[in-house]
Amino acid sequence: MSQISAVKEFIIENFLFGEEDQLKLDTDFFDQGIIDSTGVVELVSFLEETFNISIDDEELIPENLSSLKNIDVFLQKKLNHKVV
Amino acid sequence: MNFTKDSIKIDPAKEFEKISTKLRDDVTKKLKKRGAVVGISGGIDSSVVLAICAKTFGPERVVGVMLPENDSNPDSLELATKLAEKFNVKYIVENMTDALAGFGCYRRRDEAIKNVFPEYNNNYKAKITLPTNLLEKDLLNVFQLTIIAPDGSTKSERLPLKEYLQIVAASNFKQRSRMSMLYYHAESRNYAVIGTGNKNEHEQGFFVKYGDGGADIKPITHLFKTQVFQLAEYLEVPDEIRKRTPTTDTYSAEQTQEEFFYRVPFAILDTVWFGWENNVPVEKIAEALQLTKSNVEAIINDIQRKIRTTEYLRMEPL
Repeated sequence: MSQISAVKEFIIENFLFGEEDQLKLDTDFFDQGIIDSTGVVELVSFLEETFNISIDDEELIPENLSSLKNIDVFLQKKLNHKVV
Repeated sequence: MNFTKDSIKIDPAKEFEKISTKLRDDVTKKLKKRGAVVGISGGIDSSVVLAICAKTFGPERVVGVMLPENDSNPDSLELATKLAEKFNVKYIVENMTDALAGFGCYRRRDEAIKNVFPEYNNNYKAKITLPTNLLEKDLLNVFQLTIIAPDGSTKSERLPLKEYLQIVAASNFKQRSRMSMLYYHAESRNYAVIGTGNKNEHEQGFFVKYGDGGADIKPITHLFKTQVFQLAEYLEVPDEIRKRTPTTDTYSAEQTQEEFFYRVPFAILDTVWFGWENNVPVEKIAEALQLTKSNVEAIINDIQRKIRTTEYLRMEPL
């Protein structure tokens, strides 16, 4: 869970201005209005730079990026793929 | 409710009467102004608003202002002229290029484009777009930058944050400087500025705050784009305008409103939205449009996301 801790910290710092209480593992960023379209770009840049991965346009879907839980699954997939 | 793809249709004569009565009251009694100024682009929305104003106040109390700039399509000026002549309305052409160059609009925008595509220069055209295949995949709204070389070849890249923000901020000088010019013409005649945004633009945030969103009255923000087309036909807006594909006319490369923002054709988007607002079950909407349930759900999700993420555009200063 260390990778998702870094993502969580980024979201709390950048989108919630330190208010951690609003964020659960399955909180939907889009439904809750935490991340808008500009925020998606920020989040994607953060994930690419922090985890040294490249995210394709086709991967920019809610199933991959709408919650900490989804990002965790997505990151594991990407990082495993990188190792192989 | 027996829901069909025609359920969204309005009675244009009644709708015109309703809008016109309110507009007359708002301008004369509430704002105490003597007439109307409308920015006209040759697009369907501003054409309908100009026609409504001409019929409501009389053409002698309406001024149409065309506000072309370096990147405008020349057709826009031609169509807007035709429109003003058809409704016998006085028109003024204000070329905004020098003002925009003074603001550094083009320089700041091009600097950001060059950060992404170093080869970009004045001979290229550029536009930013959203993915348009919403019916195939529910992709998130992340903008792409596309440049078109003089030989017609194109290149596209997802926009990094800094460049995205800079391109949008620089381009927004266009709508904001146009708003200033419209208010010049309105205030110098004691007229009101009449906004031209429709429901799609207003509620999904497809406008620039204090730019095209800056007006005294917004008479068609309750009408879907397809309903605006219906009203245009009733008001006898010239055919060439009614048949033209809606564009943004903001970026140098041709760009439809569908690829810039809406992601699906208006006939589908509006009907899904209308059904959703009227609590029609998703299955019924899908059946009426011959779409799948997941298509309709993706469109509703996209509408909801846009409404939610653009709330700040519609807010008064806090």
